[in-house]
Amino acid sequence: MAALPDSKVPAGRLQEKWDSYKNSIKLVNPANKRKHDIIVVGTGLAGGAAAASLAELGYRVKSFCIQDSPRRAHSIAAQGGINAAKNYPNDGDTVWRLFYDTIKGGDYRSREANVHRLAQISNSIIDQCVAQGVPFAREYGGMLDNRSFGGAQVSRTFYARGQTGQQLLLGAYQAMSRQIAAGNIEMFARREMLDLVNIDGRARGIITRNLVTGELERHIADAVLLCTGGYGNVYYLSTNAKNSNVTAAWRCHRRGAHFANPCYTQIHPTCIPVSGEYQSKLTLMSESLRNDGRVWVPKKPGDPRAPETIPEDERDYYLERRYPSFGNLVPRDVASRNAKYVCDEGRGVGETRLAVYLDFTDAIKRLGEQAIRERYGNLFEMYQRITGENPYKVPMRIYPAVHYTMGGLWVDYGLQSSVPGLFVLGEANFSDHGANRLGASALMQGLADGYFVIPYTLGDYIASSRLEAASTKHDAFDEAENAARTRIERLLSIQGGKTVTEFHRELGHIMWDHVGMSRTREGLTTAIGKISTLRDEFWQNVRVPGDNAMHNKNLEFAGRVADFLELGEVMALDALTREESAGGHFREEFQSAEGEAKRNDAEFSHVAAWEYSGDPSKPVLHREELDFENVKLTTRSYK
Amino acid sequence: MQIKLKVWRQKGPRDTGRFEEYVVPDANPHMSFLELLDVLNEQLIMEGKDPVEFDHDCREGICGSCGVVVDGVAHGPQQRTACCQLHMRHYKDGDSIVVEPWRASAFPIIRDLVVDRSAFDRIIGAGGYVSVSTGAAPDANAIPIPKVVVDEAFDYAACIGCGACVAACPNASASLFTAAKISHLALLPQGQAERAQRVVNMVDQMEAEGFGDCSNHAECEAVCPKGISIKGIATMRREYIKATLSQ
Ligand SMILES: Cc1cc2nc3c(=O)[nH]c(=O)nc-3n(C[C@H](O)[C@H](O)[C@H](O)COP(=O)(O)OP(=O)(O)OC[C@H]3O[C@@H](n4cnc5c(N)ncnc54)[C@H](O)[C@@H]3O)c2cc1C
Ligand code: FES
Repeated sequence: MAALPDSKVPAGRLQEKWDSYKNSIKLVNPANKRKHDIIVVGTGLAGGAAAASLAELGYRVKSFCIQDSPRRAHSIAAQGGINAAKNYPNDGDTVWRLFYDTIKGGDYRSREANVHRLAQISNSIIDQCVAQGVPFAREYGGMLDNRSFGGAQVSRTFYARGQTGQQLLLGAYQAMSRQIAAGNIEMFARREMLDLVNIDGRARGIITRNLVTGELERHIADAVLLCTGGYGNVYYLSTNAKNSNVTAAWRCHRRGAHFANPCYTQIHPTCIPVSGEYQSKLTLMSESLRNDGRVWVPKKPGDPRAPETIPEDERDYYLERRYPSFGNLVPRDVASRNAKYVCDEGRGVGETRLAVYLDFTDAIKRLGEQAIRERYGNLFEMYQRITGENPYKVPMRIYPAVHYTMGGLWVDYGLQSSVPGLFVLGEANFSDHGANRLGASALMQGLADGYFVIPYTLGDYIASSRLEAASTKHDAFDEAENAARTRIERLLSIQGGKTVTEFHRELGHIMWDHVGMSRTREGLTTAIGKISTLRDEFWQNVRVPGDNAMHNKNLEFAGRVADFLELGEVMALDALTREESAGGHFREEFQSAEGEAKRNDAEFSHVAAWEYSGDPSKPVLHREELDFENVKLTTRSYK
Repeated sequence: MQIKLKVWRQKGPRDTGRFEEYVVPDANPHMSFLELLDVLNEQLIMEGKDPVEFDHDCREGICGSCGVVVDGVAHGPQQRTACCQLHMRHYKDGDSIVVEPWRASAFPIIRDLVVDRSAFDRIIGAGGYVSVSTGAAPDANAIPIPKVVVDEAFDYAACIGCGACVAACPNASASLFTAAKISHLALLPQGQAERAQRVVNMVDQMEAEGFGDCSNHAECEAVCPKGISIKGIATMRREYIKATLSQ
């Protein structure tokens, strides 16, 4: 059992840590950078920003993504915005406040030093993106506009209509494209990383599958950057893109990278509800809708009446009732959990009874339909396109959905995992959001990691490590490639009675029921048993069509579902072990008399980092204690 | 409801390809068009046949991965809607639907409905960016940009790079795609320094990739899921002439 490496947080005052880190690191001289190959897996905000920045510095970069173009990474779908402490509105924002809101929003389960660095860097991100030509929203005077988002009392969110992620990603993609054309980045699209290759205890390469031809390929480098996004698709249904997966991270986990806080998942309260068994993914509706929409369900369970015929006094505006001061604007986890409770009581609405109303009638009366159209027109249109209902006339039906995963591979202050030479950026790492992420902070973190953190921390690693010359003929490459090939052959040879999708959906049901919005000891124990049984069944009874030497989506998905079936169990185990409620992790046994989350700072103010032991059911737990020297731990209250 | 599908099947770029007919007996009006293909594929797998390969990812009309020709129209009958957002409620029991890949010589077929659109990446690589390395940017509010200007730039920047414009064009031209990026950056102060070089390089690359010329059919605008205006193509032409005259 390997101990958890040091978090390498620099000494000194919080405000000075990042500068003193930068002052003390070793630099790689410009001529030498050209001698170093760097592998960047993933081209989302984190990977795109990292690849472009490192190539600009002179490193030789190899980039990989699953989609046919780096521009299509899941980051493209982010809607709402990106935070920064610019304080352009002069409403009192500071780096400290952004730091504080993020630490508090994360329910005090993240590292102070990382979060403070994130807040410090936030302003440079906006500068960089504007210079790239990102068309952020502006006021009539030509200056940048800001909006407010959950968990903050200042307006610090920059946005580009409802397509902020798209515009930021295209900025990073364009910067990458410039480097690809200049020959500084070699781009490998339609590739899936299937394994990590370690030589002499350091990450030195990866095995990829060419998704068009099925060929297994070997790539060698001096460091590997994993920027492969989150694992929300373990729930089958989520707002993540269909190709989002845990495979790259999980394969690294099996090669020695510890997985931190896997149970921290974010469930977003305002998504379009599931309409049937065929449903393949869920669509988010921006939470800005809760500014004007009122959430309610009928008081009577199973009420069959149409919403407009239910009189006012037979409706329960349950958020306004339970949280008079925040009302419909309580944080994501609180809103989600309460929707689940009313549906569990049988008061859900719509065909499936798994939805609540988000009603704009009062806002339309107050402000007029035109004003509502101006604010939310594109969202209303999207809702109507998907559901076929007109939300100006009928209340929207919404339900929570899995949206983001705060957990991920453990990294130190320099974003290095427990495998030397393997760095993890963006949603794939666990670093900055603790037990709950605030809106508009994931885009900020991905870009901070890629544009402004990794260029320093990677340089320090390269300059201070003596890397032996190695080649793709090394035994470690043989072993990893053979393992990947054997696994593919095994998946194709089973030819059982159930499709990959059926297994994935079943896993999703277990995860949603027992490792979802509200968790219990009993439910988690049940989940652990069920997942391991399902995993055994998968390896006996899955049916994967076609063969390896072709474009074969089902084969790709089979490998990913196999990894989700291991991750799911560790998530349940992590949730079971964390005997407290914190942020997105709510344990029914640990709540206050009023039903609010109860943290246990004395025993659980730590990061839980799981080490792979060779048996997916028996990982080894390491703890990184979290020291709070600058903020006082308080209980969140939204009453 | 029952839906009959006639789907283009092709094993690889050199295979000749052919249509195959299938029936999905229990399609649901709420499902999306791609979910209909999912259901068909589950059926095919259990029958021991190869499922239909198609590209998809976000399924919310923003990543640009999906794209098939539905009954002769790129992305199908709904305006401003990528086929992942097309819902079956627009069809009725017993309908037949013909599904084909994007067809253009610059987009070789990989398998079934999956095509190679990497030419688009090379067009962007030829100049669809602002050369500003990380760290070199001035304060974000240093250069004010009028709201109307940035809004118009956004309208062009909204392109998702799906390739429907090429598929719909009788000449298989990539003009709308290329023009969208040129117009986006030409409108913004940040794009000025490289403005002339950009349009020349991108247009040359578009031609080198084997896309056809634009002869003003406007089919591209009609099928664009983001409603990108063909006014951009006029801008591109103007920019090109200005740039080449001043060279
Ligand atoms: C609908 C939605 C809306 C959101 N809105 C916001 C918002 O408004 N503000 C905000 O801050 N955050 C938002 N988020 C969260 C945010 O978008 C993501 O957390 C963030 O974009 C993740 O970026 P990333 O670079 O880490 O990974 P991703 O963008 O997920 O990129 C992952 C990359 O890795 C590649 N990859 C993955 N696995 C492999 C493999 N095995 N081999 C090779 N390549 C691989 C993929 O191809 C892709 O290129 C939203 C999320 C969703 C789902
Ligand atoms: S799947 Fe992303 S646009 Fe259709």
